[in-house]
Amino acid sequence: MAEEAGMFMVHQTIGSVLCCKCGIPMQPNAANMCVKCLRSEVDITEGLKKNAILVHCPECDTYLDPPSTRIRAQLESRELLAFCLKKLKLKPAGVNLVNAEFIWTEPHSKRIKLRVRVQKEVLNGAILEQAYVVEYVQQEHMCDSCTRVQANPDQWVAAVQLRQHVAHRRTFFYLEQLILKHDAAVRAIKIKQMDHGIDFFFGNRSHGVKFVEFVGKVAPVRSRSDKQLVSHDTKSNNYNYKYTFSVEISPICREDLICLPPRVAVSLGNLGPLVICTKVTNSIALLDPFTLRHCFLDADQYWRTPFKSLLTSRQLVEYIVFDVDFISPEVNIGGSRYALADAQVARVSDFGKNDTIFNIKTHLGHLLKPGDYALGYDLHAANSNDMELDKYKNLVIPEVILVKKSYEEKRQRKRGKPRSWKLKSLNMEVDETTRGRGDQEKSNSEYEQFLRDLEENPELRFNMSLYRNKEYQPSEMASMTDGEDMPSIPLEELLADLEITDAEDEDGDMRA
Amino acid sequence: MFVFFLRQFLFISVPDFVFVMATRLQFENNCEVGVFSKLTNAYCLVAIGGSESFYSTFESELADVIPVVKTSIAGTRIIGRLCAGNKDGLLVPHTTTDQELQHLRNSLPDQVVVQRIEEKLSALGNCIACNDHVALAHTDLDRETEEIIADVLGVEVFRQTIAGNILVGSYCAFSNRGGLVHPHTSIEDLDELSTLLQVPLVAGTVNRGSEVIAAGMSVNDWTAFCGSDTTATELSVIESVFKLREARPSAIVDEMRKSLIDSYV
Repeated sequence: MAEEAGMFMVHQTIGSVLCCKCGIPMQPNAANMCVKCLRSEVDITEGLKKNAILVHCPECDTYLDPPSTRIRAQLESRELLAFCLKKLKLKPAGVNLVNAEFIWTEPHSKRIKLRVRVQKEVLNGAILEQAYVVEYVQQEHMCDSCTRVQANPDQWVAAVQLRQHVAHRRTFFYLEQLILKHDAAVRAIKIKQMDHGIDFFFGNRSHGVKFVEFVGKVAPVRSRSDKQLVSHDTKSNNYNYKYTFSVEISPICREDLICLPPRVAVSLGNLGPLVICTKVTNSIALLDPFTLRHCFLDADQYWRTPFKSLLTSRQLVEYIVFDVDFISPEVNIGGSRYALADAQVARVSDFGKNDTIFNIKTHLGHLLKPGDYALGYDLHAANSNDMELDKYKNLVIPEVILVKKSYEEKRQRKRGKPRSWKLKSLNMEVDETTRGRGDQEKSNSEYEQFLRDLEENPELRFNMSLYRNKEYQPSEMASMTDGEDMPSIPLEELLADLEITDAEDEDGDMRA
Repeated sequence: MFVFFLRQFLFISVPDFVFVMATRLQFENNCEVGVFSKLTNAYCLVAIGGSESFYSTFESELADVIPVVKTSIAGTRIIGRLCAGNKDGLLVPHTTTDQELQHLRNSLPDQVVVQRIEEKLSALGNCIACNDHVALAHTDLDRETEEIIADVLGVEVFRQTIAGNILVGSYCAFSNRGGLVHPHTSIEDLDELSTLLQVPLVAGTVNRGSEVIAAGMSVNDWTAFCGSDTTATELSVIESVFKLREARPSAIVDEMRKSLIDSYV
């Protein structure tokens, strides 16, 4: 400051003094002792922990942070370093940490070595820095939850019984993918495939509740919970329950034809009453194919007056389209496009046998061209015994309701070839006693149908992780002679399959 | 420079019989012996009470040469920090009681003037460092005090700092033959101080690295007393800079030197 003011300052040369112990000339410091003498005089690592014990669970690979927290950390990771340093309690000892690093040790030696460099103020203000090695002994001690699992893996506290009372398992294939994508069932001890549903078993009630909440967000469900007293200790007021959550998914699926009960139809502004379900999330999207009116029914509304489907997607019949006349231009309803049109269709099964042709109204005008194939409900031939349908006196039932375009013809050419993508699947137990051979075939064909749906519906893929299939090789014959290609999944949507999965969900778990 | 030369000349002529040059001792397990004693060429003050061995160490070294006086100043034992003096005089702070003043006057040789001074900085030993010819003083001392120092002690007074410390009396110790200053003193400061004091100076420590030099030791022209923590290295620095190895008390030498220096300074 004085120099800035232009004052004359005498230059100060630092002299040398003799070290008070050994007498070598040195620059004066706070202790007036050379570094070597200072080192020999004081050991700043004195009283610091040089050995510590880490309690480690070999099953879940976690470390115990007393009293009860468990820390998951890899060897030589930042987390482990932080955890190890916390054990040393350097701050209370008045020592500053400068640097710490792992010294490599064999993992099976159960020793973790850390080189720690610390600073401490010694002898009236001199700061000394010193490195030392801390050895941690890893003591293997199984944590409570692992012990419980080891003792009896079936020891569950909460069970979630997910059910849908329909003839197919399509909904569960879809839910499985959602659960995998969101890791909703990672805490499950056991997953068991049941008739009409899946059972999930959890070690903790809160895990079960969380899972039920997840399902409630992706599907229109109603649930109830029950608990059963397993044991109790009146003296300490401890009660031990098993909880069961019964979760029922509404039987309405995508592409189902529904005849709305009069009350529901009225409450939805005289919708329908014949409607197609276009989408099922935590609410049900309904579309009137003749007026293109559209509405959503949330889970509460649905379960207040539940109804069933008139016809389901298994009863779809293939038609051939002869002619399409637009009635209205293409419109966008609830994110998907529709165009009302008059169409002339005939059943594929009738084609070439008789002249039965239907003149119908369809909402798929934008997709269909003469010569295309389409899937629809054959109400002309259907023998429905739906109660709701009978309640409408003057309802004119159309002969055909087309639901979607069919790509069956084109698909036949590809039959037997692997897809370029695959899905992961949950590690589910299957109760073999309750299934026959036919069930396996049925399940496979349903799965195939589900995969096709995925290919045709980008909207459906939105919430899923699709993985690249390594076995797939694009054929050289893939000449695109057709003007219109079969729908497939673009390569950009696929995730490279990470191979760092656990041994249990290896390739065998993949279903392509 | 010629002062050094004269000394060389003088000491060559002095018949040499070697004394025990520097002594290590403690005051009640405390190494800061400079706090509890005041040593000049004409007298030595030691704190009253305390250990008898402290007193007897001084007594055995000095008794046949100069008086060793047990006293307190202002009722305290930290006499070394409270008073300043040389062979001509002794300055005591205003807190000194009349009784103590009387005791000092009775005990000290007649030529030593004992003077009580009215100065707000009452730890005179911390504020004033002197030998028989020059004194360094705290920069904030009164003008009158400075004059009294010059008159009573018969010295030239310089207001100085040592390595940035204003307590010159604490951070340096010097006799007529040499001096030890704070270890952080720069070479330029060292040159300036030794020019002022006309004695060779060295930066050093006492009591195993303590930089409070005057608190850790008391020194006169032929002997020094250091705290018992003082290491051999420090002791050898002290002995060499204060020239204790070749020294001996001699009234003749003192007289001669005084006349010589008087004539030249």
